[in-house]
Amino acid sequence: MRRGLLYPALLLLMPAVLRAQTDADGVMMSKYNACVGASYGFGSWNEYWEGTYHRNNQNLGTVSTQMVGIMGIYGISRKVNVVVGAPYIWTHSTAGTLHGQRGFQDLSAWLKWRVLEQNTDVGALSVFALGGASVPMTNYIADYLPLSIGLQSRTLSARLTADYRQRHFFVTLSGTYTWRSNITIDRNSYYTTSLHLTDQVDMPNMASEMFRVGYRDGDWWVAEAVVSNMNTLGGFDIRKNDMPFPSNKMNATMVGAHVKHTLRSVDGLSVDLDGGYTVAGRNVGQSVMFDAGIFYVLHFSKKAMKHSSDQHSTSTSTN
Amino acid sequence: MQRVINRIVIMALAGAIACKKSVPDRTAGLPALNPATEDLNAGNWKPVLLSRPDSFAVAAPSATNSPLYTADLNEIKAYQANLSGDMQAQIKYWGAGGVLRWNEIMLGLMAKYNLPPYQNPDGSYPIPSSANPFAYPLFPFSNPPYAARALAYVSAAQYDALVACWHYKTLYNRPAPYQVDSTIKALAGKHNLPSYPSEGAVVAGVTAEMMQLFFPDEIASIQEKLEQQEQSLIASGAATRSDIKAGEALGRQVAEVFIARGRADNAGKAGGSPTNWAAFVTTAQSRSQTPWLSLETPLRPPMLPLFGNVKGFLCDSATIVSLRPGPPPSTSSADMNAAVLAAYNTVTHATREQMRIVQFWADGVGTYTPPGHWDAIADADFINQNYSEVRWARNLALLNMAEMDAAISCWDIKYFYFNPRPTQMDPRIKTLTGVPNFPSYVSGHSMFSAAAATVLGHILPSRATAYMSMAQEAANSRVYAGIHYQVDCTVGLTVGQNVGNYAVQRAQKDGAE
Repeated sequence: MRRGLLYPALLLLMPAVLRAQTDADGVMMSKYNACVGASYGFGSWNEYWEGTYHRNNQNLGTVSTQMVGIMGIYGISRKVNVVVGAPYIWTHSTAGTLHGQRGFQDLSAWLKWRVLEQNTDVGALSVFALGGASVPMTNYIADYLPLSIGLQSRTLSARLTADYRQRHFFVTLSGTYTWRSNITIDRNSYYTTSLHLTDQVDMPNMASEMFRVGYRDGDWWVAEAVVSNMNTLGGFDIRKNDMPFPSNKMNATMVGAHVKHTLRSVDGLSVDLDGGYTVAGRNVGQSVMFDAGIFYVLHFSKKAMKHSSDQHSTSTSTN
Repeated sequence: MQRVINRIVIMALAGAIACKKSVPDRTAGLPALNPATEDLNAGNWKPVLLSRPDSFAVAAPSATNSPLYTADLNEIKAYQANLSGDMQAQIKYWGAGGVLRWNEIMLGLMAKYNLPPYQNPDGSYPIPSSANPFAYPLFPFSNPPYAARALAYVSAAQYDALVACWHYKTLYNRPAPYQVDSTIKALAGKHNLPSYPSEGAVVAGVTAEMMQLFFPDEIASIQEKLEQQEQSLIASGAATRSDIKAGEALGRQVAEVFIARGRADNAGKAGGSPTNWAAFVTTAQSRSQTPWLSLETPLRPPMLPLFGNVKGFLCDSATIVSLRPGPPPSTSSADMNAAVLAAYNTVTHATREQMRIVQFWADGVGTYTPPGHWDAIADADFINQNYSEVRWARNLALLNMAEMDAAISCWDIKYFYFNPRPTQMDPRIKTLTGVPNFPSYVSGHSMFSAAAATVLGHILPSRATAYMSMAQEAANSRVYAGIHYQVDCTVGLTVGQNVGNYAVQRAQKDGAE
């Protein structure tokens, strides 16, 4: 279980659904088990890419985004899980005059389906297909970057994840395509690479990939390194000294690490920590971010209850 | 494994066919302009700069039974025999009206060039120079005063050129091609307006010529637009090659008159010098006032501090001085303290609706600025009025001359008082849009909006109340944003109306009403 679902806008402008790590991993909840959690995240940057130009801005200083979120996962079956999350976000800049924003961002949900599970003497291969959706919970201002809390687009995502485990070591690969709806902004004209006389903004779709490698003992520990990359399929660059815009071409490559530990002392309780750094980007802040979460598994099935000591929240067991 | 591959294929296909969600402009797909009246007396309307409508000679056209004219018609027939989809789209686009389309092109250029220059490594700021085009920082920085002036010149020049055009149209009275030859289709509407010289080509020529003064990097791109429009006019059957040539030449000649004025209207000196900038500070201090200070880092020199000296179209320099209101509250007064506190309380309690109003009217960096916003408002209403091209141009010229003179008066007042912004008085005040880099009193948005609302309310009396409430909302937006004190906006609205009234006075006497 990850609070990654709630990672959302910590990287300046990244929609929540793209950071839904829970579904980039190779882990499933058992049938009828539910997991609820809360997390806090912090991300900040003082340098950003204006198009491809890497710069700071003394009229912004350091831009930070903080987030508290709640999320839940439910095992509809051993093969199908549903994941939902809702973040509250607030933004701040340390210099210049711009007022920060705060509010509930986007409600997101994923359906995660294990379509293939192949166990051999050597290792275990699982393949997951996921469908995700996100929808803004409030009428926050999208067109107020870099201090808006989100982009207002409704999204649909399709993801394919492959996970291979050999003893306690694993690699996970996933690729995601995200469709984004047009958005309506508060003004009725804007300039991209030409003037638009409308309040509607065509939001380009996005693609992202994630690679994870690490240790997973199936019971108590997960520790992994993560490399992720997202690309906006279209969009335009921020011009020199212009303001950012929701339909900018926002690309980012991040490296990070994640650790999760399930406590032995309290049945069903786990904590996790996550950190990441943006190594390359375009029209995004060079964020460094971390978050911390605490999660609790609720056993709704007797069978699950009985097996809880060895199942916990995950069930990538080889049985 | 086969299932997995199938799923990958399905997803890839879904991605490929994801619908394209392109967003049309609200003026895309307009019907062809269909004037309620041809305004055949417009050759007698009072021009802005031309002393006479025939200041520039236009030779008599060849007769409609001449071989030259037959060749002209054959060109149209050749286009119409084989109309490409692209040409049909061009005919549709330009058919909505040349003045409208060139105004929209101007708004696009204003937004494109409305970017403050990025600082030099030493913290100074480079100054855009028309003598050094195609180099960073691009010329111009099309900020609100610059944009207001560019719009005024282009609109007034279009108007004068069309008055001259109408003079020759009625003088020579050459019928449109589709009226001479019934095999020629009227693809952009049928009118009884004489076609020589072509009004569309007049507007294209005058506007293209004005680019050398206002957007010199765009001369080539505007020339392309001109050629598209002229070709579409010919292909649509609205004008012959000779109508077009005469029109473009007339437009370019009229433009030269405006360009000559523009080179000598003091705008080139509006940036001032470090000595000027320092003098504003000492003058304010000598009156025991806290002088305005840039809120940007590094400190940016004030925007066009001598723009108040620019020669207006409606107001002379004595009038500009007479428009000055009394001073704002002293920066050390209890009234000022109360105004600062009110600004703080307003912005910290802004509602979502107030934020919407702030964003709607912000018209800041990378936008077509407040004068451009009011042109877009005017365009949206004028589209429904079935104006002739010359009346379109006349109404936009009145509006934009008022906006330019509002800019001159406003900048005169701002630098006369050199009053600090709320955030300078209390750094706790965080704003809901960028703080403009010039003094606070009086509000530019309020002046531009009230001047525009006054002119537009005169042109369309049924909308007068609506325009004034829009101006009030634009003024309020600056208070909600924490950019201005209330008094900046209240006084700005009054002075803006006073400027607008000069345009109304002109409108009442120009022969068009």
